[in-house]
Amino acid sequence: MTYSPHTDAERARMLEAIGVGSVDDLFDDVPPAVRATGFGLPPPLTEQEVRAELGRLAGRNRVPEISFLGAGVYRHLVPAVVGEVIGRSEFATAYTPYQPEVSQGTLQSIYEFQSLICELTGMEVASASHYDGATATAEAALMACRLTRRHRIVVSTGLNPEYRRVLRTYCSGPGVEIVEVPADLAEGGSGTTHADAARQALGDSIACLVAQQPNFYGQLEPMSELAEAAHGAGAQLVAVVEPVSLALLEPPGSYGADIVTAEGQPLGIPASFGGPYVGLMAARMDSVRQMPGRLVGATRDVRNQRGYVLTLQAREQHIRREKAASNICTNQALCALAATAYLIAVGPEGLREVAVAGTTQVRHIAAALEAAGLAERRFTGPYFAEVALRMPRATARREALLARGMVAGYPLERDEAALADTLLLAATELTTDDQVERLVDALQATP
Amino acid sequence: MSVADTRPAAAAPGGSDTSGRGSAFRSGTPEGDGVTVVEPLIFEHSRPGRRAVRFPSPSAAARQAAASQPRVPDPLRRRAAPRLPEVSELDLVRHFNRLSHLNFAIDLGFYPLGSCTMKYNPKVNEWAAHLPGFADSHPLDPAPLSQGSLELQWLLAELLKEVSGFAAVSLQPAAGAHGELTGMLMARAYHASRGEGEQRTTVLVPDSAHGTNPATASMVGYATVTIRSNERGGIDLQALREALGPETAALMITNPSTLGIFEDQIDQVIAAVHEAGALAYMDGANLNAILGRFRAGEAGFDLMHFNLHKTFSTPHGGGGPGAGPVGASDRMAPFLPTPLPLLEAGDPEEVRRNAWRGRSTPGGRFALEQPDARPTSIGKVRAFTGNFGTHVRAYAYIRSNGADGLRSVSNDAVLAANYLRVRLSDAYELPYDRICKHEVIFSGRRQKRANGVTTLDIAKALLDEGIHPPTIYFPLIVDEALMIEPTETESLETLERFVEVMHDIARRASQDPAALRASPRHTPVGRLDEAGAARRPDLRYRFPDGADSAPAGPTEP
Ligand SMILES: Cc1ncc(COP(=O)(O)O)c(C=O)c1O
Repeated sequence: MTYSPHTDAERARMLEAIGVGSVDDLFDDVPPAVRATGFGLPPPLTEQEVRAELGRLAGRNRVPEISFLGAGVYRHLVPAVVGEVIGRSEFATAYTPYQPEVSQGTLQSIYEFQSLICELTGMEVASASHYDGATATAEAALMACRLTRRHRIVVSTGLNPEYRRVLRTYCSGPGVEIVEVPADLAEGGSGTTHADAARQALGDSIACLVAQQPNFYGQLEPMSELAEAAHGAGAQLVAVVEPVSLALLEPPGSYGADIVTAEGQPLGIPASFGGPYVGLMAARMDSVRQMPGRLVGATRDVRNQRGYVLTLQAREQHIRREKAASNICTNQALCALAATAYLIAVGPEGLREVAVAGTTQVRHIAAALEAAGLAERRFTGPYFAEVALRMPRATARREALLARGMVAGYPLERDEAALADTLLLAATELTTDDQVERLVDALQATP
Repeated sequence: MSVADTRPAAAAPGGSDTSGRGSAFRSGTPEGDGVTVVEPLIFEHSRPGRRAVRFPSPSAAARQAAASQPRVPDPLRRRAAPRLPEVSELDLVRHFNRLSHLNFAIDLGFYPLGSCTMKYNPKVNEWAAHLPGFADSHPLDPAPLSQGSLELQWLLAELLKEVSGFAAVSLQPAAGAHGELTGMLMARAYHASRGEGEQRTTVLVPDSAHGTNPATASMVGYATVTIRSNERGGIDLQALREALGPETAALMITNPSTLGIFEDQIDQVIAAVHEAGALAYMDGANLNAILGRFRAGEAGFDLMHFNLHKTFSTPHGGGGPGAGPVGASDRMAPFLPTPLPLLEAGDPEEVRRNAWRGRSTPGGRFALEQPDARPTSIGKVRAFTGNFGTHVRAYAYIRSNGADGLRSVSNDAVLAANYLRVRLSDAYELPYDRICKHEVIFSGRRQKRANGVTTLDIAKALLDEGIHPPTIYFPLIVDEALMIEPTETESLETLERFVEVMHDIARRASQDPAALRASPRHTPVGRLDEAGAARRPDLRYRFPDGADSAPAGPTEP
């Protein structure tokens, strides 16, 4: 099946107008020595056959009946209205809004997105989007290097290990050195980053401290103290946050974060095996000129109507080329639109309800497993919507539960040897009392 | 306006309302000093207490159990709820539907935006990406639960290898520029592995290159050296040879170039780069022109990125998401990002053969590479394995077309661009008068010189005709550039109408230049004050004075 409208008669007419005998003549400029020798692709399929093939593959995935897996990606309800908005092809089949007169739909929705992210984070300016939370965080670290003219960064190991890997890759190019400050994983420890440890790692060559709230283990970091420590050393605080949590948690703008990044997936975007998602970034206005990514600003047109344009483009690759703040061009605009529609659909009350449901159910899980003598919390101190639980033979039991269609969280020993037999369990508003009970039962049945 | 109308927002010519808002819009609400608004901001629709989606509250039992656990300490709590808009679901729907009416899009009309390959985005691909088996698949689900996602990624990589002639492909990069970044980090890792990491510090980039190429080089710590193009629009081989040296890490070259021209000495270019011990990187953004005709890997390139959102028809989404997989030659494959999807059990030939016939292979098993399995790898460039939803769409597209379909995609794309080249060359200056590939570059120099009508004016005049303008002022080496990429999915009538409109604009440029400079007149907004926007950045909604944050509701636990 192809999507070309041309008949052979039309092709002949065009060839004649061009003055060539055949379409092959249009490819004479490919040197004979390097012309393609093969193109061994399968034969074309009709729509019916394409549906069968894609249905076959989707059917080979087994979506678990019950899952407590989070670790940076969360299964939430995606309101139907969100899919409706981003499904409109006026949004989906437009390109980057370079011609503002016919792109006000995209531009105004990005302006609204920026406004929503500013309000949620308590920051002054938010970018139009990044590839995902991990790359936004890496770009934030490089931005801090430009702002401070320093070339080393300190990263808490409470940061999601996927993000730490991406940070390492991004920093390897320009040779930015990464110093890790360990989260307290000792027996009876808090699982968080101590300000004293951060202070020791900081120094006058450090551009920023990167810390996550709630951190990868679900624990709540002392962000104000970490901000103070960073600022005391002339460094920036890059706060990596989870957007739903900001319904309840102090916004990073209030505790002194200089750059805020997040994975926007929890805001109405399906898990979709890892993407597309949307990276969020927000900062203070005085650093906007070092900010990577697109920005939309409000202005007026010749008729004195309010309108929106891409602005401060002198930071971007198409203007500044090798001096640009980043090479980013295509971003994740349609996912940013999903997040915009989600935040509007749920509103302040709905976002609070989602956050309260997650934090309540995860505590329900911890309490139920503790009461049944099945598990203990690995860390002391407050956590948010994810909890690290230790239980004997955790990995083997997780395997056994898998056979019953249940994913009992994320095995933390995958990234930290010190966290053997420890599972990270997440809850959202989709977690039900029944699921919690079945988890308890299943673990009881699997000693 | 009706969706069937191809004008983005057409008002009856001569009618009193030239705003083109269409019937969905009230005439703007006056604001402050007489500014009108086309559609209010969602914040302006907000009314305290109004709601759309609601969620169930946790049960009393759950709350009681939770109470035994540590609470979130007060100092870590938010004191005032975020001021998100409070609207009904209908308010929301109308707001975004109205906004959508202010957009131009492929599904509304001709969009010959050069270098962006704005082809039709087939609907069955959307259907596929939304299948619950894909959409609800968690990236950290154990591999036995994700066999379908992993098989699809493995198969897509196999198809892209065949399309490009490369030994291996990573699907991880999220866009073209991200693929470039991946490729240049791999170049660094390669040279370092040979003890030449310190020595090789520069990347060569032709003067016609897209801005992402030099920006990428800087991001990985390389200095950019610009190579001039020759008078035929190709890279100047002599200049290239002079610039190559022991300090050269790589050449990044777009082929066909951003001038829409195939580098007809590409074999010599690659040979020269390799002779200097450097790597040849191809920016594959323009692959739509050469499917089945030229395979970069086979021709000797070391690295290339694909733009799945261009060549393989995944929708651009108003600026993303896309995907920028990277192909690598044998010697570069060890440096690809981790993890690659692997066929853990089963014969690759058999798995492919079965999949091409729509069958699963009994005993076939897929897995992701372990994070540290390949010490030579540059690591991860993104969390997880990439923009999977985009991979699904691209896979569906390649399977729909098959080998013959993809060949005819390029044939028809090149045919259309050359047709426009010959049909418009009487009215507009053609800086490089030769066979082009997927796009053709004109210059508005003649109109500017004779009538003071710039390429920007021409672009704005096209908006009034319900046609999206070509890419303008790029590539930088063409004065007043108009970069036209019609793609293979536009009918001959659409191409003819475009020719007619462009001729008409050329005629009006000489007869009534002032009218062109006053365009657009029929779009929802007129020309916008971009300089003012940059001088006084207004990047977020400001709540009216006095409206403070709402008090936070109950926030247990
Ligand atoms: C020639 C060329 N190279 C690279 C890119 C960058 O691709 P992306 O926007 O997907 O990052 C583009 C896209 O605009 C392009 O046209």
